Amino acid sequence: MNNSLLEKKPATYLPKRQGGVKAGRTVSPRVLKPATGGFAGGAVKEHVAPVVTAEPGVTAALATASEPAAPVKMSVRDLNLYYRDFQALKGINLEFPQNQVTALIGPSGCGKSTLLKSLNRMNDLVAGCRVEGEIILDGQDAYRDVDVNSLRRRVGMVFQQPNPFPMSVYDNVAFGPRTHGVKKRADLDDIVEQSLRDAAIWDELKDRLKKNALGLSGGQQQRLCIARALAVRPEVLLMDEATSALDPLSTAKIEDLVGELKRKYTVVMVTHNMLQALRVSDQTAFFLLGEMVEAGSTDDIFTNPRDSRTADYVAGRFG
Amino acid sequence: MSAKMTRACAGAGAGDAAGGGAGGGAGAPAGGSGARDRFDVLLAEHGERHQQKRRVAAALLRLVVRAGAVLTAGVLLLLIGFILVNGVPYLTPSLFAWEYTSTNVSLMPALINTLLMAGLALLMAVPVGVGSAIYLVEYAPRGSRFVALVRTTTETLQGIPSIIYGLFGMLFFVTALGWGLSLLAGACTLAIMVLPVVMRTTEEALHAVPDSYREGGFGLGAGRLRTVFCCVLPSAVPGILGGVVLALGRCVGEVAALIFTAGSIAQIPQFAEGAAALFDSTRTLAVHMYVLASEGLHVNETYATAVVLLVMVVVLNLAAAAVVKKMSKGARS
Repeated sequence: MNNSLLEKKPATYLPKRQGGVKAGRTVSPRVLKPATGGFAGGAVKEHVAPVVTAEPGVTAALATASEPAAPVKMSVRDLNLYYRDFQALKGINLEFPQNQVTALIGPSGCGKSTLLKSLNRMNDLVAGCRVEGEIILDGQDAYRDVDVNSLRRRVGMVFQQPNPFPMSVYDNVAFGPRTHGVKKRADLDDIVEQSLRDAAIWDELKDRLKKNALGLSGGQQQRLCIARALAVRPEVLLMDEATSALDPLSTAKIEDLVGELKRKYTVVMVTHNMLQALRVSDQTAFFLLGEMVEAGSTDDIFTNPRDSRTADYVAGRFG
Repeated sequence: MSAKMTRACAGAGAGDAAGGGAGGGAGAPAGGSGARDRFDVLLAEHGERHQQKRRVAAALLRLVVRAGAVLTAGVLLLLIGFILVNGVPYLTPSLFAWEYTSTNVSLMPALINTLLMAGLALLMAVPVGVGSAIYLVEYAPRGSRFVALVRTTTETLQGIPSIIYGLFGMLFFVTALGWGLSLLAGACTLAIMVLPVVMRTTEEALHAVPDSYREGGFGLGAGRLRTVFCCVLPSAVPGILGGVVLALGRCVGEVAALIFTAGSIAQIPQFAEGAAALFDSTRTLAVHMYVLASEGLHVNETYATAVVLLVMVVVLNLAAAAVVKKMSKGARS
């Protein structure tokens, strides 16, 4: 499964990568290019590199044609975030294009989860957390123009550990809609079914809707949590290392699911698994010590990183 | 047998050889016998004696803890047995007569008063205690000075002897507010007394609820109220009920505070005549026992009363345990 995803990916996103190569060449001498062979980069290069040399002109043209700039769903401008005296994020500027998957990667403690949590203001719950700068959702300032509860409805979140409530599967999914005023049983039934279908877990759970959610397996719990998040019809879905507590099979299911979800939603995911970022995401941003080192199309980041630190990280040389 | 021997020998030989090779390869002369470094020697020297000491210490410790467990259970069984043996033969129907007289020394009024008193006290203490705990854990900023102050205060309150609550109740409810020795004054005093118990156990129960439930609620756009009541409280209910049971036990068993505040008249308040009955003086089972025992005329009936009190406490505990079990089973299955 993983292999097939890996191979599928570069083919689909070839054009974008071409653009990146050119940019990379003009901006800086890519001293570190040979070194990318060790890890993920190598696997991709095998598929991609020949095309680069073969028909640069054609693919470059393709790049411009097949990349109608996706509208920006959410953007972060000059974001500084402090936990008391510690500055966790330093001057972050980043855009999340609509209906694309953006992966945030970087070593532990680099601020990627912090950034994710500030997108739906979960950081508000942390004592001593202070945010400067702007987070824009559809042109509105998420911290000033939008009520925090409706922001969290529009920007849903899936957490690292599956965290279903200790109630039935049905009630878990219906919790969100009920919170936002949906009361009629028939409506709730429809929402629950649709959400579970969207999370690709309806078939597994349709006979167990009344069972307690804590009795499900970890992978099922996480997909239930995704369904729960989808039940309030978010516009953006944040996933905070959503597969790190799961086995490879459940992980693969969720990765497939993310590929489906981006048709309806804008997805931002934090991951420690670089292969996952490579398989699933369209955009990748690399973080280090609270700074965003580099952001761009996933293929660029993994095959032609502009910054040497990015190259080292994606090659698995640190982090 | 011989096969085993040879295998053991071969193993030892191989081990030696490997050890020697490693030592030589590392080029670290360990001072001792080439193959083994200082730590190996140290461990080998002390191993045997230490092993023996450890075995003795372990056996001793096991004995002590086992004795502790046996002693605890023994004391409890002895106590219960003693009361049952002395009390059960005197459980006569006249003891359960509706009206108390000095000849039948009926415990019925005291039994009903106990339930009334405990019920009233919990009715006041539980909402306030649970509410304040919810505020401290869920609403107040974590680590705020106010929270620390309230926590210290409640801990202190928990340690105050009940007689002091009784004295306060007498000075405040009975005298200052002019309620007289009454059901209400007693219940209010008990409520203050058990408030810290309810509050602390509720706090513990809320702290034990994983933050992921809160995150889940907030993450879906639920406000704090809905998150607390729908995501957090349900999992904390068993712990809270445990605190309520503790508080109930203290209410039912309290004597000192009630003698000062509720008096010792052995009759059921006249609720048929209206709410003024709240201001009737009453006697709970524990006070009833105290009075009988100090009069010294009805020692056997005192034991019988003790049996009833004991059974009542056990029944209430079992009921609470059943509720907790039912709730947590509902959460798991």
